Amino acid sequence: MLKKRVIPCLDVKNGRVVKGINFVDLADVGDPVESAKAYDAAGADELCFLDITASHENRGTLLDVVRRTAENCFMPVTVGGGVREVEDVRALMLAGADKVSINTAAVRDRSIVGRAAEKFGAQAIVVAIDAKKVSGDGQSPRWEIFTHGGRNPTGIDAIAYAREVADLGAGEILLTSMDRDGTKAGFDLALTRAVSDAVTIPVVASGGVGTLDHLVEGIREGGASAVLAASIFHYGTFSIAEAKRHMAEAGLPMRLDGLEGIG
Amino acid sequence: MRIALIDYGAGNLHSAAKALMRALDETGQRGEVIMGADPEVIAKADRIVLPGDGAFRDCRENLAIVNGLEDALDHAVRSKGRPFLGICVGMQLLATRGLERGITAGLGWIPGDVVPLQPADPVLKVPHMGWNTLSMTSAHPVLEGIALGPQGLHAYFLHSFHLIPEGTGNLIATAGYGGPVSAIVGRDTVIGTQFHPEKSQVLGVKLLANFLKWAP
Repeated sequence: MLKKRVIPCLDVKNGRVVKGINFVDLADVGDPVESAKAYDAAGADELCFLDITASHENRGTLLDVVRRTAENCFMPVTVGGGVREVEDVRALMLAGADKVSINTAAVRDRSIVGRAAEKFGAQAIVVAIDAKKVSGDGQSPRWEIFTHGGRNPTGIDAIAYAREVADLGAGEILLTSMDRDGTKAGFDLALTRAVSDAVTIPVVASGGVGTLDHLVEGIREGGASAVLAASIFHYGTFSIAEAKRHMAEAGLPMRLDGLEGIG
Repeated sequence: MRIALIDYGAGNLHSAAKALMRALDETGQRGEVIMGADPEVIAKADRIVLPGDGAFRDCRENLAIVNGLEDALDHAVRSKGRPFLGICVGMQLLATRGLERGITAGLGWIPGDVVPLQPADPVLKVPHMGWNTLSMTSAHPVLEGIALGPQGLHAYFLHSFHLIPEGTGNLIATAGYGGPVSAIVGRDTVIGTQFHPEKSQVLGVKLLANFLKWAP
């Protein structure tokens, strides 16, 4: 049986982790490779790197991080942030990314999704959707795509967009609620459910995790195939093992055999 | 032991190289992993590993354009019986045909077609993405010591197509996903895994070590 996935996410800027993770044994909390190794050993199901470097000139630094991570981890890695062209996807794949996440570039020009999927297979192409609720109370719910960290509205309906990129060949959707991101109030479950029901590809729920029950809700009520979280793991509020055991105890199918890593 | 890891521009080789070195340590043998597509290297290799990420057609074209590569592989594996491991699309390429984006001829080492996954339960998402357990169909040395079945170890899958071998003899293991998904196929000295052993932590390293120890 396919298991539900728990995915820690690392924000990387100029080759350094922005919010250092709070692991006791970590020699250098700013080194993304050290953090990746720690999550690998802890039994994370996948890892997500989000490059938030403003300038495209520092791309080589990210590729080096991805390369060193792939050489040191026996788990799959998704890399996102700053992907503009199919060539960016190729560079990341050759460096060792298993999946590459496309965000703004796909909002600007949907065709990149199909072109990338044709080259690398749908399974390697993730479309990241940052959505915000735009409907008022009492109205039927509507979410729009926002870019630039939730600052720029696009007027594009998030559900219709999800359907569109799935049809174009995306293999997964990384769905972040900009309303919930950083709030620790839990996922936007209605949004997660609406997107998950609209597409036949896996959806990763992101944005708002504060408790372990939130992870369970994202799967059970949101219909997500995987849950992504950053701060609860980075700051050591909960370990990957605690998260997965909690989800298993709640009755979700989880992989528990990797929790000690392979040393 | 010389392990040839075929580089034909179809994805990253670093994780596979690293995992093979790790597996080599487990076997207690000395050896090296040589990345490349040089027919000389393939001819002298004790083990050959063909990775592959991406679309079937794309990988097949990449394989075909490297001068002398297919002949070298065919000679080493089919004439001389060198143990061979195909990973993901590297496994799918063993089939007669791939049906992803048109019909593309495969290497034809394991008769069968690579077809889209169609889980019987429409709620199940495609790609089949994530960790799944394995069920054995035919016993094989690469599975030795690996806990199988629903309570067993997990392998990492990332794919929308799978190889359906003709007959059941060449199917070694399956994963359950709205019906059986081909997880491992094998014939003579050839083995292929749909999942990524280099990304499959405990199970992956064990399987790779078994492959290196395998003396067919």
